[in-house]
Amino acid sequence: MNIAISTRPGRSATFDLVRRLPEYLTIWVPLLLSAAHLIAFSLWTIWISFTPSTLVPVSGWVGLRNYSAVAASRNWQIALDNLLLFGSAFVLLSLATGLILAILLDQRIRGENLLRSIFLYPLAVSFVVTGTVWSWLLNPGLGIQKLVHDLGWTSFRFDWLIDRDMAIWTIVIAAIWQSSGFAMALFLAGLRSVDADLIKAAQIDGAGPIRMYRRVILPTLWPITITVIVIQLQFAISTFDLVRALTNGGPGIATQLPALVVYDLMFQRSLLGRGAAAAVLMLLILLAVLLPYAAWRYVQRRQAIHA
Amino acid sequence: MRDRTFAPSRLLIYLIVSLIAAAWLAPLAVVVLNSLRTNEEIAQASMIGWPKQWAWSNYAAAWSGFCVAETCAGIRPYMLNSALVTIPATIFSTLLGAIAGYAVSLWRFRGDSWIYGIVTLGLFLPQQMRLLPWTIVLRDTGLMNTLTGLVVIHTIQGLSFTTLFCRNYYTAIPQELIRAARIDGAGFFRIFWRIILPLSPPILVVTVIWQFTHIWNEFLYGVTFTTGQQQPVTAALIALSAAVADIPQHGVQSAAVMIAALPTLLIYLIGGKYFVRGLTAGAVK
Repeated sequence: MNIAISTRPGRSATFDLVRRLPEYLTIWVPLLLSAAHLIAFSLWTIWISFTPSTLVPVSGWVGLRNYSAVAASRNWQIALDNLLLFGSAFVLLSLATGLILAILLDQRIRGENLLRSIFLYPLAVSFVVTGTVWSWLLNPGLGIQKLVHDLGWTSFRFDWLIDRDMAIWTIVIAAIWQSSGFAMALFLAGLRSVDADLIKAAQIDGAGPIRMYRRVILPTLWPITITVIVIQLQFAISTFDLVRALTNGGPGIATQLPALVVYDLMFQRSLLGRGAAAAVLMLLILLAVLLPYAAWRYVQRRQAIHA
Repeated sequence: MRDRTFAPSRLLIYLIVSLIAAAWLAPLAVVVLNSLRTNEEIAQASMIGWPKQWAWSNYAAAWSGFCVAETCAGIRPYMLNSALVTIPATIFSTLLGAIAGYAVSLWRFRGDSWIYGIVTLGLFLPQQMRLLPWTIVLRDTGLMNTLTGLVVIHTIQGLSFTTLFCRNYYTAIPQELIRAARIDGAGFFRIFWRIILPLSPPILVVTVIWQFTHIWNEFLYGVTFTTGQQQPVTAALIALSAAVADIPQHGVQSAAVMIAALPTLLIYLIGGKYFVRGLTAGAVK
């Protein structure tokens, strides 16, 4: 056996350090770069949000003025309203779609693998591509409405894309189409891991299929449901590409979302301080979702250890 | 197996599932068909229809003919840009993530769980919080509007995901294996090379597919940090639809969209199992 354990007699600590330098560098450089960029970038953006920076970053202190300017702007208010509507509609509907699909696929049907691939393929495609395609389908002069008109039903109207009040729903549609498969995949995994004894016991008790799902199977899915909700909300809060490709925030600013406001302030209006403030507000919205989730996960884990 | 007989209720299940599947495939079918119809045909009818004559020339035009902004070289240069960003960034971030994941899970060192905890915060921090700092960093290093700049960004940011994936996978390897190898005199690199890497192919495939798909599909950094000829294909597609808004060329545009989507679609078709594994692994953070 070799005797090369780290403490070699007669060799100094300095020599040891030099010998192991490549190892230390390989371990620390990538991790430090990653950690440092996360912390430094966040702190820097937060700092900029308190400065009067416009075209270039400058020092100075304006307190919460950037925040009040952003919060008072019509752009941001519309973005928040939209986020609330889009976030809740998208999360609820994609949850429902995903759950229904998972339950249907769990009925020992033929071609399950093929069907699963069909429901998941949109996730492999960029939001720019899907947004562009949906903008064609939902364009009243090009897509579904035009097709129905050409078929002879000329009073048919489906023009949400150019309707200020309904345009946000086109983003809901595209987002559901794109990411319900994700909810389905997680729910399906959950359904497959339901305790078989539990099901058998319920069958012996004479539970029918609907009762079985409502009383026995679905209650075991709620931890997965919470995970899906949180991930979908995280997606909703940072949605950018999809809107950019589908409506570009329009008509007017009817489909504005926080991420678009940040981009607009930073790179189109060159109001860096306000842009940074909007980004920090986005982070706060995200934290309002993630912190309770982290606390919940922590409690769950503690209970699992004590059980 | 039960239920092999065709009860009406089962027929209903098949009917519903097939209808939803058809709805899910419809957008893809529409683009594929449109990419084979002439611009004039689409302009006369709608975006939804069967090609009267097969316009294969759309693909040639989309690839190397039509104009994005002022340049008329088709989508090819932007596809090349995307490849030149995605491939190196995927390789670097996966390799570094594997080493980092091994270091924090098996090699262990003082402060490992702290630094790992910070790195995984990157999964949650919105891109918008990093946009301005990256702008400054790229400007000061002269990497603004270069593909190298995007490679650096995606490599460093990708580390959060790749380290998490690999670390979670490596924790299943018994610590005793590493301890025994260390007593035998094997160092950090030799253990990685001889023990860890041979056990890694499944997680490396998941990580590579995940990173490739994400970097290829990324848009915000591409559009913020590059312009004109340096843009990746996602940013070029947006520029294209803005450029042709007056005289739509939906046949050629559809072909361009298909070409842009093809790399990640192909990877999904080939490695779907691993793609889904990455998706669900990322979910149970």
